[in-house]
Amino acid sequence: MAEISKQQVKHVAHLARLAITDQEVEVMTKQLGDIIHYAELLNDLDTSQVEPTTHVLDLKNVMRKDVPRKWIDREDALKNAPDQQDGQFRVPSILE
Amino acid sequence: MSVFEYTLKELQAKLHNKELTVSELVQASFDQIEAVDDQIKAFLTLNKEAALKQAQQLDEQVDQANHPLFGIPIGIKDNMVTKGVRTTCASQFLSNFNDPLYDATVVDKLNKENTVMIGKLNMDEFAMGSSNENSGYYTTRNPWHTDYVPGGSSGGSAAAVAAREVFFSLGSDTGGSIRQPAAFCGVVGLKPTYGLVSRFGLVAFASSLDQIGPITRTVEDNAHLLQAIAGHDPMDSTSANVEIPTYSDALKQDVKGLKIAVPKEYLSDQEGVNSEVREAVLAALKVYEALGATWEEVSLPHSKYAVAAYYLLASSEASANLARFDGVRYGVRTENADNMIDMFKKSRSEGFGDEVKRRIMLGTFALSSGYYDAYYKKAQKVRTLIKNDFDKVFEDYDVIIGPTTPTPAFKVGEKVDDPLTMYANDILTIPVNLAGVPGMSIPCGFSKDAGLPIGLQIIGKHFDESTLYRVAYAFEQATDYHKQRPHLGGVKS
Repeated sequence: MAEISKQQVKHVAHLARLAITDQEVEVMTKQLGDIIHYAELLNDLDTSQVEPTTHVLDLKNVMRKDVPRKWIDREDALKNAPDQQDGQFRVPSILE
Repeated sequence: MSVFEYTLKELQAKLHNKELTVSELVQASFDQIEAVDDQIKAFLTLNKEAALKQAQQLDEQVDQANHPLFGIPIGIKDNMVTKGVRTTCASQFLSNFNDPLYDATVVDKLNKENTVMIGKLNMDEFAMGSSNENSGYYTTRNPWHTDYVPGGSSGGSAAAVAAREVFFSLGSDTGGSIRQPAAFCGVVGLKPTYGLVSRFGLVAFASSLDQIGPITRTVEDNAHLLQAIAGHDPMDSTSANVEIPTYSDALKQDVKGLKIAVPKEYLSDQEGVNSEVREAVLAALKVYEALGATWEEVSLPHSKYAVAAYYLLASSEASANLARFDGVRYGVRTENADNMIDMFKKSRSEGFGDEVKRRIMLGTFALSSGYYDAYYKKAQKVRTLIKNDFDKVFEDYDVIIGPTTPTPAFKVGEKVDDPLTMYANDILTIPVNLAGVPGMSIPCGFSKDAGLPIGLQIIGKHFDESTLYRVAYAFEQATDYHKQRPHLGGVKS
């Protein structure tokens, strides 16, 4: 498996929607590299015949009846918002 | 004797006889917080006005009360939402989340039992950590010795119970976050079987591993608290639809003929288990022998892979779960963003601490194109092997017993600079979450030098919490570790 590069760390930060400084890139490259290197311990195990476990309980597609019920109204939904206007969440421009 | 030394059963009797009032219990909690919390720092938010008012109302209903939790002051870990009471997950990102819109199912259930919420408890930010040093506010201290960490991530929950600030609390456990702080603080902590307790309203960290559980001073109290919060919830599609037994019935049975498995990996130098902890566990096994149980050494051969598999899986799930913190609907938003993406990035980076960023980065990497099979899927396969280890042992044994942690509590600052050293501390608790089985920590000794508690971990079969309570109760009745209490400056007794 590959070493993690500074370029990759910057790319991953973008995917994760994190703004990281150059100094953080340095630290993260080292720390993530160490953790990933440690995780390569798992390659000692032959898992070619092993099924992955996503979940310990044998649950599949839990359904409920599709009935309307009262939940949060618009006014309540907006009351913790950092910014709002005309009953909607307000955000900076999406398109340039 | 302080009211905090009574069990729930004794408290109910005193409330009924009018020897005590709910208002007195609630006031005792706030008095103790006033006296010790500047040292312990267990609480992030207090609910004083509402709690005192509720206590007065409950005092008028005490004749109709018929539940062991009636009128008892509790603390809630700050990653469970509480309607109208600030919920921060110990993150600066949620520092202004003052008005959550609903109660988590567990909080709702406790409200129906008429418990009194004293406040919200400190933790590692978004439950990521083993020492409380990752709180975005301040580090909770171990009530037995304030130079030491209380453990994490439910450090505030365990410390508040040990310091007699509340009678019991709720924590959450993804890789040991109830059991490890319970061990470090000398209290009783249970991580139930995955799916036994609803996660609705628990701010998600790693959804396939997270589970809420009770932290108490005694095993009996723990059983009463689990009784109140367990059960199927249609609002959590991963909650199991199983019949809930009466857990306190299990306390009436002895452990004669019980078959205990002791994994050799859990007593091994290689896993960093120190000699004092090993001696305490071996002494506990002698207690069980005297009570008529038998034990044998077994192997959980994939234990050494658990930490690596866990950090890939938990971080991957966290990277997806924490995407919701975008500065749009709640939480803090950066002051200086040019556009939407910039706003997301800056808000998150300003609001999250280093460990949270590190895990989001690790998880995003493990799930990213080209690395998914090598890391995430590989870890899921190793998870299967770890689960199979437990299934195999439970074919022949009733419970697994070992230490909760390799060492007693470490000093504040001792491991904070090295993520991998910190992660290794969870080596004995993580496999339990990966397998989804229940695990419990009870006090089984104290270290010689600093007098810090040592925890005994009891692990059971899926949905067999009753056996855990039976086994834990038998030990507790035969010993007096649970009667020891920390001597804090300013503590009234």
